Amino acid sequence: MDLLIFKVPILMVQASLDGILLGILFALIAYGMALQWGVMNIINIAQGDLVILGGYITYFMYLSGIHPALGVIVAPAIMYFVGVGLYKLVINKVVDRDLFISILATFGISILFMQLMNFAFGADVVLANSEFGTTMLFNNSVTLPNSKLFSALISIIFAIGLVIYMKKSKLGRAIRATAQNARAAKILGVDTEKVYAATFGINAALCGVAGSLVAITFTIHPYMGLPYTIRSFMIVIIAGLGNLPGVAVSGMGLGVFEEFADYILGTEFRIGSVFLLLVLILVYRRFKLSKKREYLK
Amino acid sequence: MNKNIILYSALLIFGVLAPFMLPAFKVQLSILCILIVLALTWNIQGGEMGYNSFGNILFYGLGMYICASAQVGMFFPLAEWTESGGEKTFVHSPTQFFQGMAFGLLLAAIIPTIVAGLIGYAILGLRGHYFAICTLGLGVAAGEISGGIEIIGAGQGFTTPPFPNVGSLESRGQFFYFLSFIVLVLTFITVKSVYSTRFRLVLNAIRDNEDKAEAMGIQTMKYKIIGWMISAFFCGLAGGIMGGLVGYIDSTDVAFDGREMGVFMVLMAILGGKGTLWGPVIGATLFHLFKEGFWTYFLGWQYVALGVLIVVIVIYFPEGLMGWLREKYPERFGEVVDEADRKAQVELK
Repeated sequence: MDLLIFKVPILMVQASLDGILLGILFALIAYGMALQWGVMNIINIAQGDLVILGGYITYFMYLSGIHPALGVIVAPAIMYFVGVGLYKLVINKVVDRDLFISILATFGISILFMQLMNFAFGADVVLANSEFGTTMLFNNSVTLPNSKLFSALISIIFAIGLVIYMKKSKLGRAIRATAQNARAAKILGVDTEKVYAATFGINAALCGVAGSLVAITFTIHPYMGLPYTIRSFMIVIIAGLGNLPGVAVSGMGLGVFEEFADYILGTEFRIGSVFLLLVLILVYRRFKLSKKREYLK
Repeated sequence: MNKNIILYSALLIFGVLAPFMLPAFKVQLSILCILIVLALTWNIQGGEMGYNSFGNILFYGLGMYICASAQVGMFFPLAEWTESGGEKTFVHSPTQFFQGMAFGLLLAAIIPTIVAGLIGYAILGLRGHYFAICTLGLGVAAGEISGGIEIIGAGQGFTTPPFPNVGSLESRGQFFYFLSFIVLVLTFITVKSVYSTRFRLVLNAIRDNEDKAEAMGIQTMKYKIIGWMISAFFCGLAGGIMGGLVGYIDSTDVAFDGREMGVFMVLMAILGGKGTLWGPVIGATLFHLFKEGFWTYFLGWQYVALGVLIVVIVIYFPEGLMGWLREKYPERFGEVVDEADRKAQVELK
């Protein structure tokens, strides 16, 4: 327990700023999670591993001399096909089954991805240095890496772009129709199988963007995926399915919480506090609903 | 009935003689016993009750840490033990070791049971996938948090007291084998006797339709908590023994190992067939054989194989071995089959 943050108020500004910028990135991953959950009714435990895979694509661009910022274009393009492939191989068999089946099956995929990435890329913690420099604020007492600003900006651009795409394009309309009622959409001539594949691909592409931003701003490691899954799950259940502004706000809230937990409890408890927060939120919602004799659905 | 007695006594005799017949596999056999215990207890939630828990690993890890801490803490200062890496500075005499182990196992069974009772009311109110994710979070949180606590070794791990020099070289293996075998027998007897009462019917009612079960006047929460406490009791014991057997506790790789044990117990129960008494036993045995094969001959690829195995089992084989047999030979499971009905079904196919 370290209460330094309360003695030096400027640290609070630092933590909040870091948290908000980080939270925008989380919200992007959660957006993908909400999309596939809403449309296909599956919970993808491998979400975080898709993020890390996207990060490795960017890392290898960086190693081969290409500026890692270009990763935000290349990684989603590759990840889209990874997502569609994954859908064709595994996910299409779990779509209309029990949710637990999808959780367990994607848990298997997650373990598989972790180990394959470990083989392919090694178990070192790596990062793609963008060399964007840092900005100093408040008389040099708050440091703000420009890469974090860049990541927040890119996340917002992609999120807004996707919202517009969902509203305007033909595929976007088909996806929304399938989410509302898959059977009715099928009757009206929507190829739901294609829609599902595209949804999973878009989700993977979003993970790819987020992953390359993670690689630029933080670090990546083959086993780091699960916390990203849990964070995005948490953001979705706080905000509720289909509530996009809610996703953005709760994402930023989670980011700020994490930064504060990091300062107060120490870095070794950071991930633990995220998981504990998930449990607490679920329990809180359960007690709130049980007063009305309902439960989380 | 007569057939059953022969079967059980044959298994019991095999269990007692196994370490003498297969002396090279004592450790493997003890791990098999622990795995069966974990699968049997997971099945109480996942199979009978329909609450797919990823969090039973919490009790297993708690039991492991509690048993080891009690065994050390009874005689030596715990903080210095973990700091020095254990066995170099302090040595347990044989009496101290066995006393500590007995006391540690007692605590390792009781404390997780109490914890399960305390958190049960909050956690078991969640249903379906929310319960699954919540328990997953619980298990990982426990691992991460215990990895930050200095007194139980934090990141560097906790060496459990080494087995004292008594008897022959074989005695360590035999001791841990019989300990885990006794726990297995106890678990099996408990689970079997519990399943033969109204308790199992209540659990199945909760699985099939919890709202209706409640409307019928069953206090579902009470039964859910009791079921979880039974699981926690035996998971804690299993964890305590496993800690001594492995000899070294690490927070995320041994104790709260969601990636291995936490998934194994789910997978074993599903492989054998959830919601049956023998399913988890068979599933655990098959899984252990598979696992040992892979972990020995394809080291490095074991997680790849595990991931593929999970996907294949879950997608193509969700009913498990017993479920498949049950569909094929329903008479053997005491289900009355109308012969005409069956013929009609065969013709339909």
